[in-house]
This record gives sequence, structure tokens and C-alpha cells, in this order.
Amino acid sequence: MTAGAASVEQPPAGDPGDGEEGGRDSLLRRLIQGDLGELRVIVVLAVIWAIFQFQEDRFLSATNLTNLLLQITAIGLVSVGVVMVLLLGEIDLSVGAVSGLCASVMAVLSVRHGWSPYLAIAGAIAVGAAIGTFQGSVFTQFGIPSFVVTLAGLLGWQGAQLEVLGTTGTINLTDPTITGLTSTFYDGPVGWAVAIAGFAVYAAVSLAGWRRKVAAGLRVQPLGALLARLVLAGAAIVAAVAVLNQDRGVPLAALILVGFVILFQFVTTKTSFGRHIFAVGGNSEAARRAGIGVKRIRIVVFAIASSMAAIGGIMAASRLLAVNQSSGSGDFLLLAIAGPVIAGTSLFGGRGSVWTALLGALVIGSISNGMDLLALESSVKFMVTGAVLLIAVIIDALARRRRQASGRV
Amino acid sequence: MSDGAPVLTLEKVSKSFGAVQALRDVDFDVAPGEVVALVGDNGAGKSTLIKAIAGIHGIDSGRILFEGDPVRIASPTDAVGLGIATVYQDLALCDNLDVVGNLFLGQEERSGALATVTRQLDETSMERQAHELLDNLAVTITDVRAEVGTMSGGQRQQVAIARSLLGEPKVVLLDEPTAALGVRQTAQVLALVKRLREKGHGVVVISHNLANVFEVADRIVVLRLGRLVGVYDAAKTSHEEIVAAITGAGDPSTGELGPEVEQAMENARRDDAGQERS
Ligand SMILES: Nc1ncnc2c1ncn2[C@@H]1O[C@H](COP(=O)(O)OP(=O)(O)O)[C@@H](O)[C@H]1O
Ligand SMILES: [Mg+2]
Repeated sequence: MTAGAASVEQPPAGDPGDGEEGGRDSLLRRLIQGDLGELRVIVVLAVIWAIFQFQEDRFLSATNLTNLLLQITAIGLVSVGVVMVLLLGEIDLSVGAVSGLCASVMAVLSVRHGWSPYLAIAGAIAVGAAIGTFQGSVFTQFGIPSFVVTLAGLLGWQGAQLEVLGTTGTINLTDPTITGLTSTFYDGPVGWAVAIAGFAVYAAVSLAGWRRKVAAGLRVQPLGALLARLVLAGAAIVAAVAVLNQDRGVPLAALILVGFVILFQFVTTKTSFGRHIFAVGGNSEAARRAGIGVKRIRIVVFAIASSMAAIGGIMAASRLLAVNQSSGSGDFLLLAIAGPVIAGTSLFGGRGSVWTALLGALVIGSISNGMDLLALESSVKFMVTGAVLLIAVIIDALARRRRQASGRV
Repeated sequence: MSDGAPVLTLEKVSKSFGAVQALRDVDFDVAPGEVVALVGDNGAGKSTLIKAIAGIHGIDSGRILFEGDPVRIASPTDAVGLGIATVYQDLALCDNLDVVGNLFLGQEERSGALATVTRQLDETSMERQAHELLDNLAVTITDVRAEVGTMSGGQRQQVAIARSLLGEPKVVLLDEPTAALGVRQTAQVLALVKRLREKGHGVVVISHNLANVFEVADRIVVLRLGRLVGVYDAAKTSHEEIVAAITGAGDPSTGELGPEVEQAMENARRDDAGQERS
């Protein structure tokens, strides 16, 4: 309990009311951990880009930025599921193995059994969902820590992948729908239409929400701040589409990634299901006493994580034009977890956002892409990425300690 | 003070945990608009009594009547369904959620035509109601969007109590609401307890602090070693009388404690120490 800290928390004489205390504190906190938290990643990203651009002026070229997007799609999609699990305060070590297994399932169904690409993809995602449901159920029913359950999964699903692939070990993908997932580009008007429509919806929803709050007499951010944010977002979208159109156009893969990020950003922040995920991650006992089905939430989230792993695996296979025994292995898992953590999702549960999947993948992808351009050894790449991750978790731990010092976990 | 019919009545309620008899034939009641304080030494059975009413522990024998009718309270859901809200000592708030999120946790309001499918939250409505609820209780929290983890102990206690009132309960049970609070924060919570009485809730409050008890209670119920030893009208009794009842001083029966009783008290002390550490 926090008894000790609470009693030493007597405010000094002449302090304004308790309400004032809470208000000021939270504003500061939000600046440090909320908006500024995301700003921090964007600054880090800008620094990384500046360094690489300085070393090698092909880095910020339209072609390379398009490649960067294609490179991060698979990992970003896997990270979306990882974020959900991290928000619960759990971890899923099996996402790499699951991505490889599910991609293999898709390849076998499509190539060996001649299934339609859509059915093969749906089958692979269904296998992912089933695996996640299974792992989540074992975790909740037997109370085994999630990292142990998913560690067993990591080994087991790797074995299953070898089994599914059989003796050849490699399956080349030729179906145009599957390979098209990562080789389709929308140039010119189509890209603009998608961007403008997306932005229009975002702006309309933001403004409508703002007006509803004003009408209800609630405290809102100044309209200027909201408009400034919309203008910034709009400028970023315009810049992105303009750059991508200089090369091949807006990649379908990027739209899929951004689409899933937006979908799960909505789910986590705007729905009661998402609220319950945060509650379980913050204080599972409080969630249980509030009548929330904690087990159900956990199982569903693990199912989402494995499904997103499957989708990421499918995109990786599409880009490689093949599935093999090492699909989903190596550093794939570690980078998928490192990304969101680097971008500010807490390993301790209850804090973070789905955006960090995208931002983290961009940071990690940029380091990797830039070092490849500079023809550096992968040893350097690993060490730099490791250092960035270490710094990020130290920041996370410090933020947590600050919260504890103020009396709360 | 209220002289209406009791909203909640316990008749000869007993509960034992193995060899430890935590409650023996306890009679207890609380009326609408009344604050009943439950006092007693560690291990006296106060928490067990609250938990029996809240549906955490079933009772071994005796009856519970709600608004005059016998009821079975076998689970926390039963209790909540009857209109009994409980604020536990460990407040069970989510520090990473804001005040609105905590107030409505598990009973969020949804909006939009597709809300049953999309489960979209109606933040505007919840925030407005949160303001109404807190204003109504004169709770001093101005920013309902502040994370609860950033708040003082008194504010957290007030959020926990306000949260228990969302379902319009008839009875509110408070286990040690002022433990671990500073002087000013304690005063805020006690003021809130008084407002619950004004609004007609039946309130049961456990406290070790007799000054607080005398400040808010209409009646004081004293338990010792699982037995009811007295019910006192707060306006007509004294500190000394209550302390004597709690400790059993001047009571010949405690002069010669049997070995089981000694053991029970020892167990209780160990048990309570454990609870405080966790
Ligand atoms: N869950 C339990 N299991 C076993 N014994 C318990 C349990 N809860 C309470 N007791 C015992 O019942 C007695 C009354 O405890 P409790 O109601 O917590 O007392 P109080 O809250 O007045 O300090 C004590 O002897 C305690 O050890
Ligand atoms: Mg107790």
C-alpha cells in the first residue's frame, strides 16, 4: 500500500486547494509523459534522419523512404499486437514464431493446395487467432506467467513451422494477389484521394468531438491548439504523399499498416474494451472488482497479438516472395517488442499507445536502413539498436520511479 | 440521526474460519440516513462483518434482512444488486486512468448508433456526469481528466467513495476510509461521509480513530473477539466508555482468557500485521 507516502504528502501551508494540486500536477505530467513523450520520439527520429542524410544524401530520397516504409510494414504490424499485450502488462515472446508459422500456412495453402489467395490469407490469420486464444487461455486458466507460456510457444510454433514447410524448407510465392500486398502502389490521384479522404474524416471527427464537449459545457483544449494539431497532421500527410508520389506512389503495404494502427488506436482509446485493457494493465484487481471479465480481456488481447503476428508474417512473406525455415526467426521478435518500447509504451503495463508501434518501427527501421546504406556491418547495427532500446527502457523505468516517488505505482 | 426502519439488519450472524470464530451471534442494523461506526480491537471481526454484508464471505448461520426481507448474499454481485456498495481499504483504483475512467470503470456509457458493436465510449456524457456527481458531493477535484495516480490520498479516497455511489446504493460500507490520511484530508473524507448521510444512504464505517468516530457516527457498535459487546448512541456515550468496551477493561469475563481465545487473539494480531504489510 501507499500509506507511508500518502501521510508524508501533507501540502505546505498556504497551498491552494487539493483540486489545484491535482490539476497542475497532471498538466505537467501530461507534458512530460504524454504529448512530449511522443514528441520525444519524433525528435529522436529527426536526429537519426539528419545524421544519416548528412552521411549519405540518398537516405532522404523518395526511393529510399519508400523502401523504408516497405521494410517496416511487417514489423510494424506485429508491433501493433505487441503494444496491446504490453498495455495489459504482459509480454508475448511467440509473435515472431507465430508470424513465421502463419506465413508458412498461407504459402502451403496457396501453393501446394491451390487455395484462392484470399482464403489462404484468411486461413493463416485464423491459425494465428487460434494460437493466441490457446496461449491466452493457458496463461489465464493456469496462472502461468505470460512470458513462460509464450516462450514455450516460441519453441513449439517454430517446430510447427518446420513441420508445415516439410522437406523442401522453402516455398516461393507467385500468386499476384499475395505478392501484390507489398508491390502495389497508388500513384498520382489515387494516393491523394486516399490521403485527403482520411484527413477529412480525422478532422471532422476531431472537430465534432470538440464541439460536443463545448456544448456540454466541459473543459476543452483551446480551438487554436486543436486547429494547430490538425494543420500539422495535414502537413505531414501532404508531405508524405508528395514524397511517395515522386517515387512509385503510395504503397498498399503502408496503407495496410497505417489502417491497422488507426483501427487499434481507436479500439484502445475510444472503446470500453480498450478502457478495460488499460484497467487490467494498471490494476487487474481493481478491474476484477469493477466487474470486468479480466480473463476474457486477456485472452482476446493475446488472440489479437497472434493475429497481428500472422498479418505481419504474411506481409514479410509477400515482400520476400517466399517463405522459408527462418521466416519470423532471428531478430524479428526482439525488434517487434523493442520498437514500441523505444517509442514510449511501458513494459510495466497500462501506459502507451498503438502509435508507438508505427513510430518505433520507423526508428528501428531507419537505423537499419541507414546503416545498410552506409554499408556498415550488422554488428554495428545490433549494437546501436541495443543502445537505443536500453536508453528507452531506462527512461521508462525513471518515469515509473518518479510516479512511485510521488506515492503511486 | 434517523429513526426510520433499518435498511439492513443482521440477526445472530456467525462466521468461523476453521477453528477461529470470527463472528458469534452478532446482531447489527443500519437505517437510511444513519452512520453506524464499527469499532473494536484488531481481530474483533469488523472486516469479517463488512465482508459478510458485501458478499465476500458467506455466513455460517443467522439471517440478513434487506428492507425487511430475508436475503441471501452469496457473492459481491448479489450485494451490489441489492444496493450495497463497498469501499475497501485498498481502494482498488487504476492509477493510470483518469477520474472519469475510474468512476465509470466496468459500467462505461456508450454512444453512437453502432455502440453495441463498436463499444464506443460516450466520454462527453461520462465527464458531465462525473462533474455532477462530484459537485453534488462537494468533492474538491477540479480536473476530472487528471490521472488518479497523481492525486493525494484524500482525493483518491473521495474518488473511491464517489465511485461506489454511481449505482445509487442504499447502503455504503467503508473499511477504514481515513487510515493513512493526513488531518486535512481526513476532514474532507469525514465531511463526505456526512453528506452521504444527508442524502439518505445508510453508512457503515470502520475506524480505529475514536475522534473520527465521534465526529461522524450516530451509533457506535463495538465488537470484541467476534461478539457484539455493545451498541452506543454517539451523543450519549463517552470516549472512556467505548475504550472500555473495546478492551474489555472492567469486564470480569476477560480477566481469565482461555487458551483458545489467547490463540485467536494471537492469530488476529499476526493476520492484521500481514494485511498491513501487503
Ligand atoms: N480469510 C480468513 N481466513 C482465516 N481467518 C480469518 C480470515 N479473515 C479473518 N480471519 C480471522 O477472523 C478474526 C477476525 O478478523 P477481522 O474480521 O479481520 O478483524 P478486524 O477487521 O476487526 O481486525 C481474526 O482472528 C482473523 O484472524
Ligand atoms: Mg480489519
